[in-house]
Amino acid sequence: MSVYTVTTRTRASRTAFWGALILVAGLALAPLFVGRGTIQDLFFILTMLTLAQFWNLLAGYGGLVSVGQQAFVGLGAYALYGAVILYGVDPVVSILIAGLVAVVLAVPISVFAFRLQGAYFAIGTWVIAEVCRLSVAQWRAVGGGTGTSLPREAVAEMMLVPTIETALDVRASEARDILAYWLALILVVATIAGIYWLLRTRRGLALAAVRDNEEAARSVGVDAGRMKWVVFLTSAFGTGLAGGLIYLQKGRISPDAAFSVTDWTAYVIFIVVIGGLGTIEGPIIGVLVFFLLQSLFADYGAWYLMLLGLIGIGVMLFAPRGLWGLLSERTGIQLFPVRRRLAGGALKGREG
Amino acid sequence: MTVLSLDSVSKSFGSLKVTDDVSFDVPEGQALGIIGPNGAGKSTLFNLVTGNILPDAGTIRLNGRDVTREPAMARVRAGIGRSFQIPQPFQKLTVFENLLVAATHGRAARERDMRDPCAEVLERTGLLPKANAEAGRLSLLERKRLELARALATGPRLLLLDEIAGGLTEGECQALVATIRAIHAEGVTIIWIEHVLHALNSVVERLLVLDFGRVIGLGDPAEIMASREVREIYLGIEI
Repeated sequence: MSVYTVTTRTRASRTAFWGALILVAGLALAPLFVGRGTIQDLFFILTMLTLAQFWNLLAGYGGLVSVGQQAFVGLGAYALYGAVILYGVDPVVSILIAGLVAVVLAVPISVFAFRLQGAYFAIGTWVIAEVCRLSVAQWRAVGGGTGTSLPREAVAEMMLVPTIETALDVRASEARDILAYWLALILVVATIAGIYWLLRTRRGLALAAVRDNEEAARSVGVDAGRMKWVVFLTSAFGTGLAGGLIYLQKGRISPDAAFSVTDWTAYVIFIVVIGGLGTIEGPIIGVLVFFLLQSLFADYGAWYLMLLGLIGIGVMLFAPRGLWGLLSERTGIQLFPVRRRLAGGALKGREG
Repeated sequence: MTVLSLDSVSKSFGSLKVTDDVSFDVPEGQALGIIGPNGAGKSTLFNLVTGNILPDAGTIRLNGRDVTREPAMARVRAGIGRSFQIPQPFQKLTVFENLLVAATHGRAARERDMRDPCAEVLERTGLLPKANAEAGRLSLLERKRLELARALATGPRLLLLDEIAGGLTEGECQALVATIRAIHAEGVTIIWIEHVLHALNSVVERLLVLDFGRVIGLGDPAEIMASREVREIYLGIEI
């Protein structure tokens, strides 16, 4: 029998678990109490949080700083439009197709991208995303360079919408927003739960080791290349799902919008950096700060973007672990603890 | 039985030959010391043995099996553990987690089965009180101990130590040497690159001298240290 024990849970994490359950239940019931505008805002927050969690998985845990995640948003979104327009697949089912297409295309993309490291990987992924944008712009069946809209009949007959319409006594357009919002909620909960589960497995530990020192990780038997590849593909899948969902809700797509480096990567990096890279809590804080800033200052155009840049630089200089890192360092609170603490045996009564 | 066997191994970086037709065997249970001036190709030799770099020519056998083209991961699982000259801890992980990564991946084992073996290694290397400390916050001695502990956590049959005594005080060095002796006494085969010769010679049974990537001496430590060529190479270094 083992003399030593290992614990990961903390008092804060137990409280956080119940708090999260209540929050998710509250968010699930939100369409009953709030208006369409709030639902759209919440949809934006949830989808940006999903994108931020996957970028954080890539950069914060895998050490893969990508500036080309918009490739998978765009590919996922266009896969959804392609499935709906060309094959008449239900838009909700097409979200899964969006994720699958993104992950399948991530395989050849990884062959090119993984030949590069560090800053070259970052620039390489951006170039690949631009190649994707230019290629999709040649696809006339989905509107070429000017883009297209989801067919009216496909949207009208979308699964679950009539049920929501009747049950909540709302118009079809509002029912579609509510459905997209619920799907976004499911996606973000699954994303956070999945990433948290991964980080608590031995593969998650190996991923952290690769992030800290790849050469040393290899020297203790970690297959660093495979770990990075799996993270890249997982991230592509999740980002593709989010891309499909975002453009299902928008109802209209164009290559410039779907492959926008500002909307789907720069803002996402901002969210993760100010919240705290390499933590699950960081992107949650980051997305709330980002939403607040956008609500207050987005009308100021270029000044708004400069403000985001200044805040990003300020946080990097004065709180390199982000706002959550700052809070966590001072209070010791971890809502999603992954640290394994050894206890028992000769450690009884001693503080490590 | 021979644990490690190198046969005419060579490696060049561009026009610079860093490992030049190196051949030697290490029998099971032996402690072999490797010395040589800076730039002699000692760490490159370790990287060739561990699979971090591949040789241009020659054969490397581990327990009789040709591993020349096998990746580093496979060699760890075949029983090679190594420490780095400059400690390379997983900074944001705790000391215990550093060992847990090594144990679970180096031995392809489940996390819960490696809990006690990791704690035992921590006890043996004097790191148990620091088990839950972040590795990035350790002192130099503790980092050196962590290098040793992490290599041991993989369950090695062959332990490669790269200048593990460098930069330590005399007292710290003696304590570390005692730990290495104890590990060797348990039957672990050791290859140890070191500039701190008195520490090295208190453990190893055989000494290999490298210069410009070539083996210029291999044999009994006392005889090797007495040879004129070695004294010339080490001129200025306290013997």
